[in-house]
Amino acid sequence: MDAIELRGVSRSFDLDGSRLIALKDVDVRVAEREIVAIVGPNGCGKSTLLRVISGLLPPDHGTVLAYDSTVAGVDPRLGLVFQEPRLLPWRDVLSNVALPLELAGVKRDEREARARAALQLTGMETFSAAYPDQLSGGMAQRAALARALAPEPDVLLLDEPFSALDAMTRERLDSELLSLWGRTGTTIVLVTHSIPEAVFVADRVLVMSQRPGRIVAEVPVAAPRPRSLTGSGAQMFGAAADEVRRVLARAEDAELAA
Amino acid sequence: MSPEQRPRWQRLLRESVPVVAAALIFVVGWAAIVGLGGYPTYILPGPKVVAERFASGWLEGTIGPHFLTTLAEVLLGLAAGASAGILTGILLARSRLAARMLSPYIVAAQATPILALAPLIALWFGTGLGSRVLICALICFFPIAVGTMVGIRSVDPKLIELGRSLRATRRQRLTRIEVPSALPQILGSLRIGVTLAVVGAIVAEWAGGDRGLGVLINLARGSMFDIPLMFATLFTIALMGIVLYLLVVVIERRLVRSHP
Repeated sequence: MDAIELRGVSRSFDLDGSRLIALKDVDVRVAEREIVAIVGPNGCGKSTLLRVISGLLPPDHGTVLAYDSTVAGVDPRLGLVFQEPRLLPWRDVLSNVALPLELAGVKRDEREARARAALQLTGMETFSAAYPDQLSGGMAQRAALARALAPEPDVLLLDEPFSALDAMTRERLDSELLSLWGRTGTTIVLVTHSIPEAVFVADRVLVMSQRPGRIVAEVPVAAPRPRSLTGSGAQMFGAAADEVRRVLARAEDAELAA
Repeated sequence: MSPEQRPRWQRLLRESVPVVAAALIFVVGWAAIVGLGGYPTYILPGPKVVAERFASGWLEGTIGPHFLTTLAEVLLGLAAGASAGILTGILLARSRLAARMLSPYIVAAQATPILALAPLIALWFGTGLGSRVLICALICFFPIAVGTMVGIRSVDPKLIELGRSLRATRRQRLTRIEVPSALPQILGSLRIGVTLAVVGAIVAEWAGGDRGLGVLINLARGSMFDIPLMFATLFTIALMGIVLYLLVVVIERRLVRSHP
């Protein structure tokens, strides 16, 4: 059974009277406990794809399945992390992280205990009383990650979660994401425009092309786990990254020729 | 030592220096105008005469009962006007249809001078507490409704999407995201509303009624012909406005976390 399955998903938008096809006949399968990265140029529809998977956007055609049941509307089995932390500025970190549980009607004691556990997973337990404006970008995104983890989702959907951070913080958070994955066993779908990030984190990299957004290739990353940027598997990331770059270049050439 | 480390009383003292200085300049200027112009007390009494009348007015119990009546009108009117204003603001922000249908009437009601409406309301509903509270509520309704509407409309759509991704109900969206997010604007409009409510109470008392600071002003300049008392009453009204305004500011500081 796949954690996520997309069958022939299409989605378009009306933009100033003209029709913009964001996704066309997209098929994706993500196995349980797998990490899949989706890469592509800006505007190729990868964020739209993630929103369709999450249930925030209904597809025009096709179906989205999570564990063999249709995703209709926002699904509690899926946890979404945005590009920005989107923390509520008037709440401290703990009650921000507890927000999903609060909205789901979980009693205060229980939701605080679960929020603390989620903060521990992202190394943020000492910041539970801090307010969002006191956090650095990396800390705020760790808190946002903890918020997504608090309801213990089966699948984490990450929409360019670290792209606003500096390169060093980003690498750190990528490593933390992997160790978190090792401990929780959640399936992860990561949308990113960073090829190094995609190959470092993912088992498979799906490459998207622009207009209409389609998946043009799939690049497996053979590097063994646990992974580190300096460890023995490091050169395998380079090979996979080169492969992704080749596929992207070919897709771009084809687009220019068309 | 940074300002935060100083003892609280020392900080308060420092902050009150400009306030006291401004008050002194005002009183000295006032005394100078009266002294230089040689105005008689029944035209413009000096600060000393007014201060004495203020003290005696309170001590003899002339001002007190009127003050309490006006305060009750202001507080009840503000409570009614703010509740109605906040609810209407939410409705206007939520529903384009409601905004289109109601806005012209709300604006028209605000543009109509309350001075003209007050006698009409007194005519319809009598001159009792109810109609005076109604006038107070009417005058502070508009800024609070508009402030709430603007506040809720300007909530970051990214936070709304976050709420959607967490399956917030409409009610949860309102109570957990929209209202807290709009709170600075709502409280800002409450600052305006509270001072307007005081104006509303005085206007309402002029339109009819037997007690209240507005009535006392009429008595003082009319049958009593006690101009210092009239000025003492004006000061009482101003003080009430200032204290209520500061109260809203204090509430605001407690509810809205300021950015460091």
